[in-house]
Amino acid sequence: MKPAVSVVASIALCVSMASQAGDVERGAQLFSQCQSCHAIGEGAEHKVGPHLNELFGRQAGSIEGFGYSEGLTTAGVNGLLWDAEHLDAYIENPVSLVTGTSMMFAGVSDATDREDLISFLRAYSANPRDIPESLPTMAPQDPDVDPSILALQGDPEYGEYLSSECKTCHLADGADRGIPSIVGWPEKQFVIVMHAYKNKTRPHNVMQMMAAALSDEDIAALAAYFKDK
Amino acid sequence: MINRRSFLKGTLAGAAVAAASPHVIGQAKPRVVVIGGGSGGATAARYLAKDSKGELDVVLIEPTRTYYTCFFSNLYIGGFRDFQSIGHTYGKLASDFGVTVVHDWATGIDMNYKTVSLASGTKMTYDRLVVAPGIDFKYDTVPGYTAASSGKMPHAWKGGSQTQLLRAQVENMRQGGTFMMVAPPNPYRCPPGPYERVSMVAHVLKQSNPTAKIIVLDPKEKFSKQGLFQDGWNRYYDGMVEWIPASFYGGIKNIDADNMTIDVEGETFKPDVANIIPGQQAGTIAVAAGLTNDKGFCPIVPATMQSQVDENVYVLGDATIAGDMPKSGFSANSQAKVAAMAIRGDLTGSRVFKPKFSNTCWSLIATDDGVKVGASYEATDEKIAKTTGFISQVGEDADLRKQTYEESIGWYNGIVSDMFG
Ligand SMILES: Cc1cc2nc3c(=O)[nH]c(=O)nc-3n(C[C@H](O)[C@H](O)[C@H](O)COP(=O)(O)OP(=O)(O)OC[C@H]3O[C@@H](n4cnc5c(N)ncnc54)[C@H](O)[C@@H]3O)c2cc1C
Ligand code: HEC
Ligand code: HEC
Repeated sequence: MKPAVSVVASIALCVSMASQAGDVERGAQLFSQCQSCHAIGEGAEHKVGPHLNELFGRQAGSIEGFGYSEGLTTAGVNGLLWDAEHLDAYIENPVSLVTGTSMMFAGVSDATDREDLISFLRAYSANPRDIPESLPTMAPQDPDVDPSILALQGDPEYGEYLSSECKTCHLADGADRGIPSIVGWPEKQFVIVMHAYKNKTRPHNVMQMMAAALSDEDIAALAAYFKDK
Repeated sequence: MINRRSFLKGTLAGAAVAAASPHVIGQAKPRVVVIGGGSGGATAARYLAKDSKGELDVVLIEPTRTYYTCFFSNLYIGGFRDFQSIGHTYGKLASDFGVTVVHDWATGIDMNYKTVSLASGTKMTYDRLVVAPGIDFKYDTVPGYTAASSGKMPHAWKGGSQTQLLRAQVENMRQGGTFMMVAPPNPYRCPPGPYERVSMVAHVLKQSNPTAKIIVLDPKEKFSKQGLFQDGWNRYYDGMVEWIPASFYGGIKNIDADNMTIDVEGETFKPDVANIIPGQQAGTIAVAAGLTNDKGFCPIVPATMQSQVDENVYVLGDATIAGDMPKSGFSANSQAKVAAMAIRGDLTGSRVFKPKFSNTCWSLIATDDGVKVGASYEATDEKIAKTTGFISQVGEDADLRKQTYEESIGWYNGIVSDMFG
C-alpha cells in the first residue's frame, strides 16, 4: 500500500509502534476524507478546519488564531482533551460529542477505519508513547451506545416526571438563556449525548452528575418525553 | 374542555365559598393549600396545578406581592444585578396555571379540622397542606440583637428591603471604614451565602473604597467552599478580608445596634456597617403548628416530604430537616416536585415514581469568577442521602470560571421560570 500523503514517509520512526495499534498507512489513505478541510505535518496551516499537528493531550479547540465554534471551545474549557477515546467519539459523530461544532462532517462509522485514522493522527503528536490510552490494549471499547440501549422504548409519562429535575436549569420552552435547549431533539441523539455524559466521555461536572443518577430506562424516558416538546 | 378563563373563574369562586365556611360539604375537587410562595411553595403550587390539569384546587397563601429572591441578592449587592431583576410576581401562576393566589399571612393550622387560619380572619379547609415558610431567626444566638436591630444592622438574610438597606450602607460607608459580618451558626439557609456576600462587598469596596476593611466573626471553625473563597479573597482582595472563627474571638458577648457596637471577649468593635446573620429555625408558622422538633426544624418522610407529625401535611425547603441536602433554593425547588408528585398520586391516583433530588449552588467570587458545588440525592428510610457530587477546584482556568458564572445566570433564568411560570 502506498501512503496517500507524502509526509507519512517522514514518520517511519513511529511505524514499529504504530503497527501495534491501527494501521498508519491505511489511516493516511483514509485521511483523504479530511484533507479538504485539514492539513497535517510540517508547515501545515489552517484550512476550513485547524491543522491537526500535536493533537494528542491537547485541550480541544485551543489553537490560538483559529476561529473555533463556541461549542468546541466550551467543550475544551470544560475539560475535553484529545486522546484516543475522545477522538474516536468525535470522528465517529462530531455533533454527538460536541453539540454546535462547526465541523460539517458526517463522521466515520467503521470502527477499524477510525482506529487507523487515529493511529495516523497520533504520529504527528510529540510523545505518543506517553499517552497510555494510545496503546491498543487500553483503547476503549467502541464508545457507541449499545444497540439494545438505543432500542429501549421510553415511557414519556415517566420522562415528564424526570424532566422536572432538568427544568430547574433547562428552560421548558426550549429557549437558551445561558443553558442549552434540550427540547425537540431526535431521540437517538438525545440518548447518545446523555450516555456520553454518563460514561464521562463528554465533560461537564453538572451534567455528568445528573446523568450518573439516570438508568438506561430513565434516559430513554427522557428522550421520549423531550422529543415532542 | 373548559377553557382557561372559565376554569380560572371556577376555582376562584370555589375558593371564596369554601374560605367563607370551613365546613362546606361536597367541595367539587380536592384542595391543596400551600403556605409560602418561595422556592418550595411556588414550585409546588405550579406543579400541582399544571400536572393535575384542573383536577385539583390549588391555593397559594403568600403575604407579599413581589417575591425578591435571596439567590442572586448578593450579586445585587455587588452591582451585578439590578433590584428589579430579582423580583418576581405571582400573576402567571394564577392566569396560566389556575392557582388561586391569596395575599395574606397564614396564622394558624388546625390539623384535626384540616383548616388554615389567615390574618384576615378567614379559615380555609384543605385536603392536603404544603408548608413552605422558609426560615425565621433565633435572635438569642446573638445576644442583644433583636428584630428591631435589623433596621440599623441588617441581616439581609430574607429577600427584599433588607438587601436594599445593606447595599445602600455599603455604598455610603465612609472611606477606610469597616464592614463587619457576624456569620450564622449551622444549620442555616445557603451555606456558601455569607462568603459569597463577603466577596461581593469586597468587590464593591475595592473599587469605591479601597482602604476599607472587612471582618467576619464566625461561630463556625470552617465553612462551605472555604478553600475556594479564601483563594479568591487572596487573589482579588488582598489584605481586605479578615475571617475570624469563634475559637479566636471567643463568641459574641453583646450587640448594641443604637451605638453600633459589637462586644466580644475583651474587645469592643465599632464597625461602620454591621451585617448580623443570626441562627435560624423553620418559619414561625411551622413552629406554632407543632411541626418542628427541639432544634426548630421539621422532620419529614424522605420519599414524599410528608411531615412526620401529620400525614396530610407536607413540608418543603429551608423549614425541613432534609438529610444531606443543604438549605437552598435549588433544594426547595427539587423537593417541591417530589411532594407534588406524591400529593397528586394520593389525591388523583396519578402515577408515582421513585423520588429524585438534586442541588447545585453557584457563588460569584469576583467578576467572571464563579464556582459551584452540587450533588444528587435519593430517599432512604432514614434520610435524603447524597449519592454523587462535585465541587469546583482551586486553580481552575479563568475561562472555566467565567463559564461557570454564565451557567449560573442560565440556572437563575431556569429556576424562576420553573417557580413562577
Ligand atoms: C444571601 C443569600 C443567597 C442565596 N443564594 C442562593 C443560591 O445562589 N442558590 C440557591 O439555591 N439558594 C440560595 N439561597 C437560599 C434560598 O434563598 C433559600 O434556600 C430558599 O429561598 C428556600 O426556599 P423556601 O421555599 O424554603 O423559603 P422562601 O423562599 O424563603 O419562601 C418562603 C415564603 O413563605 C412566605 N411565608 C412565611 N411565613 C408565612 C406565613 N405565615 N404565611 C404565608 N406565607 C408565609 C414568605 O413570605 C416567603 O415568600 C440564598 C439565600 C441567601 C440569604
Ligand atoms: C468539511 C470540513 C471538515 C472535514 C471534512 C473534516 N473536518 Fe475536522 N474540523 C473542521 C472544522 C471547521 C473544525 C473546527 C470545529 C469547531 O470549531 O467546532 C474541525 C475540527 C477538528 C478537530 C478538532 C481540532 C482541535 O483543534 O481541537 C479534529 C481532531 C478534527 N477536526 C479531525 C477531523 C478528521 C480526522 C477528519 C476526517 C476524518 C475531519 N476532521 C474532517 C472541518 C472539517
Ligand atoms: C444544574 C443545572 C442543570 C440541570 C439540573 C440539568 N442540566 Fe443539562 N446541561 C446543563 C449545562 C450547564 C449544560 C451545558 C453543558 C455542556 O456544555 O456540555 C447542559 C447540557 C445538557 C445537554 C446537552 C445540550 C447540548 O446542546 O449539547 C443535554 C442533552 C442535557 N443537558 C440534558 C439534561 C437532562 C435530561 C437533565 C435532567 C435529567 C438535565 N440536563 C439537567 C445544566 C443542567
